[in-house]
Amino acid sequence: MATEHNHHDQVGHVVPLPILGGVIAALMVLTWATVFVTNFDLGSLNIFIALGIAVVKGALVVLFFMHLRWDAPINGIVLISALLLVFLFVGFALMDSAAYAPDQIPGYAPLINP
Amino acid sequence: MTDSHGSEGHPAHLQHHFDNDRQQFSASKLGMWLFLATEILLFAGLFVAYAVYRSNHPEIFIYASQFLDTTLGGINTMVLLLSSFTMAWGVRAAQLGQKKLLVSLLAITLLGGFGFLGIKYVEYEAKWKHGLLWGVNFNPASHDDHGEDAGHAAVEAEEVAPAPVVTEAVTPEGLKFEPTVVPPSATGPAGTVEPDDGVDHDTGVQPENVQIFFGIYFLMTGLHGIHVLVGMSLIFWILLKSMGGAYGPKYFTPVDLVGLYWHLVDLIWIFLFPLLYLIH
Repeated sequence: MATEHNHHDQVGHVVPLPILGGVIAALMVLTWATVFVTNFDLGSLNIFIALGIAVVKGALVVLFFMHLRWDAPINGIVLISALLLVFLFVGFALMDSAAYAPDQIPGYAPLINP
Repeated sequence: MTDSHGSEGHPAHLQHHFDNDRQQFSASKLGMWLFLATEILLFAGLFVAYAVYRSNHPEIFIYASQFLDTTLGGINTMVLLLSSFTMAWGVRAAQLGQKKLLVSLLAITLLGGFGFLGIKYVEYEAKWKHGLLWGVNFNPASHDDHGEDAGHAAVEAEEVAPAPVVTEAVTPEGLKFEPTVVPPSATGPAGTVEPDDGVDHDTGVQPENVQIFFGIYFLMTGLHGIHVLVGMSLIFWILLKSMGGAYGPKYFTPVDLVGLYWHLVDLIWIFLFPLLYLIH
């Protein structure tokens, strides 16, 4: 952004108030939308819509509230690296657990509270 | 661009191993982002537990999530989002040297934290009351005093099944017998009415191992709640400092970094809310 380099003494970027206001309004609407869409049974689509809305909300928070849109790229690289590791972690754990059939043997799963 | 009014040739807030305010700020911020990355990975472990259990036993999650109060969860989401907004605005106020505005915005943010934990307490209390807990503590049938506030399934069951009436049997001679529990006719031996055990019998049988959901629910929301507490303590600390005028356009790093932490707490909740409350 242009304002960042306006004067040398300025530390960090000052986010304009209208942008902050617009972001919180969008977050509120998206929160309402994610609750509203639960009323419809869309099968396996429901979880993807819910996660999609959450990703959009998270992106808004990260880019504007957390200043990442105007930040040094290294901070974004740190965040994206962490998210990639989360994807690896969740993805491989799911692939692995799909390779077993825990319910094939009746009563195999231990009942804590039968 | 070294300022010359500090005791060692630089302003008090600027450590002497940094060239200038901007460099010091960038370094602090990078450090904070590295810490936030480890926080994300910490929560990732719980998200993995969630994903594996849900993919293996979707029926548990569909059944159990109906005991969570979507309205309270939604209100809490909005409370946390609003406090994130006031926090981001607070960073802006600090950058522009608006001291009074900064103090009020931090106070509002702190109030948001209290609001979130207050609502969370109401939710936890309802779970506790109905025995909707983790592991061996999951025992919805053993809790028969359903208060004013309940999971809707329990309320439904309560409406249908009247509570057993304890009566004292008295003989003509006036001899008292032991008090007996006389079941109302509606709960006859054939079981025309389902027992009041907190199970929603309209949607089918309670699947096995429902306690797994509540274990995951309490771990995820509990760890998140601890983060809210930590964030509130940090906000309280910078609130006190900002009342003393510690922050301004040249130095607002603690406000910015505490803000980043608070936004991360918000970010985690943005994912927890649909994953736990909005399961279809």
